[in-house]
Amino acid sequence: MDNITENILELHDVETFIGQYHILFGVNITVRKGSATVLLGRNGGGKTTTLETISGLRPPFAGTILLDGKDIAGLPAYEIIQSGVGYVPEDRDIFSDLTIEENLLISSRKGNDYDKRLELVFELFPDMKKYFKKKSRILSGGQAQMLSISRALINDNKLILIDEPSKGLAPILIRELIDRINIIKKDNTVLLVEQNWEMATSVGDYFYIVQDGMTVFECTKEELLADDTIKQKYLGV
Amino acid sequence: MSILIQIIIYGLSLGMLYFLLSSGFSLIFGLMGVLNFAHGSMFMWGCYLGYILSLSTGSFLFGIIGAAVCIGVMGLVMEKWLIQPLRGNQLRQILLTFGLIYVLEELAKVIFGTRAYMQFPPEWLSGSAHIFSETVPQYRLFMIFAGVIVFLLMTLLLKKTKLGMIIRAGTDKPRMVQAIGINVARIFSITFALGCALAGLGGAIATPFLGAYPTIDMEQVFNAIAVVIIGGVGSFTGAFYASVILGFISYITSYFVPELSMASTLLAMLVVVMIRPNGLFGGKTSEN
Repeated sequence: MDNITENILELHDVETFIGQYHILFGVNITVRKGSATVLLGRNGGGKTTTLETISGLRPPFAGTILLDGKDIAGLPAYEIIQSGVGYVPEDRDIFSDLTIEENLLISSRKGNDYDKRLELVFELFPDMKKYFKKKSRILSGGQAQMLSISRALINDNKLILIDEPSKGLAPILIRELIDRINIIKKDNTVLLVEQNWEMATSVGDYFYIVQDGMTVFECTKEELLADDTIKQKYLGV
Repeated sequence: MSILIQIIIYGLSLGMLYFLLSSGFSLIFGLMGVLNFAHGSMFMWGCYLGYILSLSTGSFLFGIIGAAVCIGVMGLVMEKWLIQPLRGNQLRQILLTFGLIYVLEELAKVIFGTRAYMQFPPEWLSGSAHIFSETVPQYRLFMIFAGVIVFLLMTLLLKKTKLGMIIRAGTDKPRMVQAIGINVARIFSITFALGCALAGLGGAIATPFLGAYPTIDMEQVFNAIAVVIIGGVGSFTGAFYASVILGFISYITSYFVPELSMASTLLAMLVVVMIRPNGLFGGKTSEN
């Protein structure tokens, strides 16, 4: 934790609409460089919308979003991603008509050391090498999740946003994914949305609880694990 | 034997004409979800421009390539200034492209009048060829050749280049393409221009066969829609095979029962939709 010295991402009073619906009413988050920050909360609280807002897929209505000190609120998604953000969506959203190789190739940005990053991906997820030339539609749920994460890892990003990676996976695969994300967080800053308690607490350093479109509580891992009332009050665990 | 060869050559050449017409329509609809009713107008303007450029330069090849480039640029302007501002509103886009049919047709009437322009094939394509003792017009063979070449080049583009991969990815999940850092608006513009260029190329190649006249747009846009429905939305390969199938059906029907020529296309569409609602090569529905 020695390398946690400055903030890579700051959200101040962020509000977002989806169509006519006001979803985020005031989200305040700070992600420290080199950390794994987790957004916790019940379904429908606005965690996914928060990640979509940061990535530019849903521009905010109000508030500021500072990425490495620069306000990115309202910028188009591709500009935000190009400025060093990797996004792993909730439903994986792999391009099923493309091979694994093609999925990674089109995700690689200009100036990226593709071969070096590919080696890293293969090391972390050997299945990606095994099925490299195959259409990604043949992948199982767990492998599709690995490809989705690999697409973010193929670039050297400042920040990786991962939305509920455990969703729909068997417990054994979740444990495998926890190991991989723990390896990833050694060299990357991660902002994770997660409902799976085991994954959230195994990976996260800092926690925010998002409820009814607002960040209502923040704490460190130690504080979260030490205080059962937090779990009962906000998460119903 | 002679009827069989005739059916193969004439059916295939008609199919390739449908392919040149509809491939761009399919590409645009598959990626952008834009049902461009003005695609037939691009084809019509391709007919006129191909005719004028061939006549003024004396080069048929320059005429068809020039028409493709001009219509591509026309498509780029149309996408930038008209289609893009309405992105996300499919109904308005449909109304807009429908309105453009009339604008572009009336503009053609003002410039070229209402008469039909007939263009003779260039000398090197105006003779006949002999296939198994059957005499077939060389221009029909050229149409088949042009269709196959365009299919191969486009397949190469879609399968082997990064742009092609992005277009395929965007056809599947356009929102996610943005989330990997790609400027989707630029890809849409390129694809729209490319699709229009293909219509222009098709029009220019069709002119020595069909002629250039104002109502050709409405006649042909129906065939483009039929190809996309039969082949499957977003499937370039599907558009190719559907065009070949429609070409054969149209020719065989017009040869044996001419009065059912139009009905046969509709019937083919109906049968495919009943058996495979997503078309012969259509996959699962995309985000579009």
